Amino acid sequence: MATVQAEELAIEFPLYHASARSLKKTVLAAASGRLGQDTQHRVVVQALRDISFRLESGDRMALIGQNGAGKTTLLRALAGVYEPTRGRVRIRGTVNALLDPSLGMNPELTGRENVMLRGLYAGLDARGIARLEEDVRSFAGLGDFMELPVRIYSSGMSVRLAFALATAIRPEVLMMDEWFLAGDAAFLERARVRLEDMVRGAEILILSTHMMPIVEAWCTRVIWMEQGRVRADGPTADVLGAYLAADHAAAAAQQANAA
Amino acid sequence: MSALAPEHALAPAPPTPPPVVLDLRSGLGFAARQRSAVQDFAEALRYRRLVWTLGSLDIRLRYRGSALGPFWLTLSTAIMVAALGLIYSRLLHEDLHSYLPYLALSMVLWNFVNTLVAEACLTFTQAEMLVRSLRMPFAVHAARVVVRNVLVLGHNVLVIVLVLAIFRVVPGPGALLAIPAFGLWLVDAFALCLLLGAFCARFRDIPPIVASVMQIAFFVSPIIWRPGLLHHAAWILPFNPFYTLFEILRGPVLGNLPGRLVWASALGYSAVLLAAAWLLFVRVRGRIAFWL
Repeated sequence: MATVQAEELAIEFPLYHASARSLKKTVLAAASGRLGQDTQHRVVVQALRDISFRLESGDRMALIGQNGAGKTTLLRALAGVYEPTRGRVRIRGTVNALLDPSLGMNPELTGRENVMLRGLYAGLDARGIARLEEDVRSFAGLGDFMELPVRIYSSGMSVRLAFALATAIRPEVLMMDEWFLAGDAAFLERARVRLEDMVRGAEILILSTHMMPIVEAWCTRVIWMEQGRVRADGPTADVLGAYLAADHAAAAAQQANAA
Repeated sequence: MSALAPEHALAPAPPTPPPVVLDLRSGLGFAARQRSAVQDFAEALRYRRLVWTLGSLDIRLRYRGSALGPFWLTLSTAIMVAALGLIYSRLLHEDLHSYLPYLALSMVLWNFVNTLVAEACLTFTQAEMLVRSLRMPFAVHAARVVVRNVLVLGHNVLVIVLVLAIFRVVPGPGALLAIPAFGLWLVDAFALCLLLGAFCARFRDIPPIVASVMQIAFFVSPIIWRPGLLHHAAWILPFNPFYTLFEILRGPVLGNLPGRLVWASALGYSAVLLAAAWLLFVRVRGRIAFWL
């Protein structure tokens, strides 16, 4: 029984390389409203503010919002990369967070060594790594190239390897950043089936994306983020409708301004 | 999920990662932070295969495609020891037979310490990609630096063995004392990686300062020259952590067992280092990811 829970979660990034009183800082702070000071009067960027939600088995949640709204930071905080500046994050279950497309892909290492490293990152034992290797080998279809450095692979081959690796480890809690759906990843029918298989196998899905058709097809709940806060949280149809309406309104206003 | 394709049959059962129960919260007191740090170390033990693999891949990648591989290190160390030995035995009026074994041991150990300290500064900054893309004990990154440097040391030890063989220096049973001494070195090295790694991730101008400190330490410590040359000023030596830490490892191999004072100083300085590393790590562990 997997659960993911965030309670009044806040993440703040310290800015160490400028003084709190510089002119530029004051201007920036006024412009974005997201710079603040922490308790020790250091300048911080408030990447996430006051985020609370709870996910249980069967929940499929999408994070939507503009670039810089805090979607990726929230995923990183849920994955335990950033520990809360305020609030709390609780996760129970096996976790796989697909945050960085190049993780475990060192171009100087062979395909096989990359697979082994990825298995070790995921905390697999020797048997798990053997199965991982078998799975990736059969899906990516690289044959003898598995013994050669990834550096010499064609771009198609490295995409196949990266995709096979990322989708080979099946967790209960799956976190995916949008890079994973973008571009050529959904290229083959075979790849789509495998990806959906992993998504279906997960008890909880948290997906950060701009691709609304995917949100509609996969997700039952949507959190709309704006400037590090939750702007709306609810069933897919409701939040998505509001988001798209706001998006259209903003686009229309922009056009009116331009005209 | 109606829009998804029908169940796809996979031949082998796909691997699943081990389960976690993650509970991260802000505003923890010192005792709770200490527990988190202990947990970090305990989890790092589960990653020992990863530590070993990363450390040895670092070496293999550095020398992939070269004919001698890591033995280039051995060769360059051997040449340096031979060159320095010939010059400095004249300059310092030393007898080559007793000086060269001392120098070989000192230089190999110094290379280890010097590289370790330089790389300790990069412990976390160099692992930025890993730190930012998945949760992993921070001790893993520190242990990786230690493993990598011990592997390099392993190649250079050949130079010591060779020099000892040429000059027919046979270490006595007292040389066994070098084993606990090296154990202490390993613990210190790990602590140093945590300490300098965290410090340098926060303050990026520390590595050049550390490099100059190490350069000064090289000249003021008995590495190339022998401690006996100080004559009446030798009382100052036990205050130099480089001297005492070198002496507990170097002395037993060369047949002059270090005294209590030397051991006390080595252990004392190590205790200070360990305490500092522990306090800093407990305090900043959760912040390191924000600094990268």
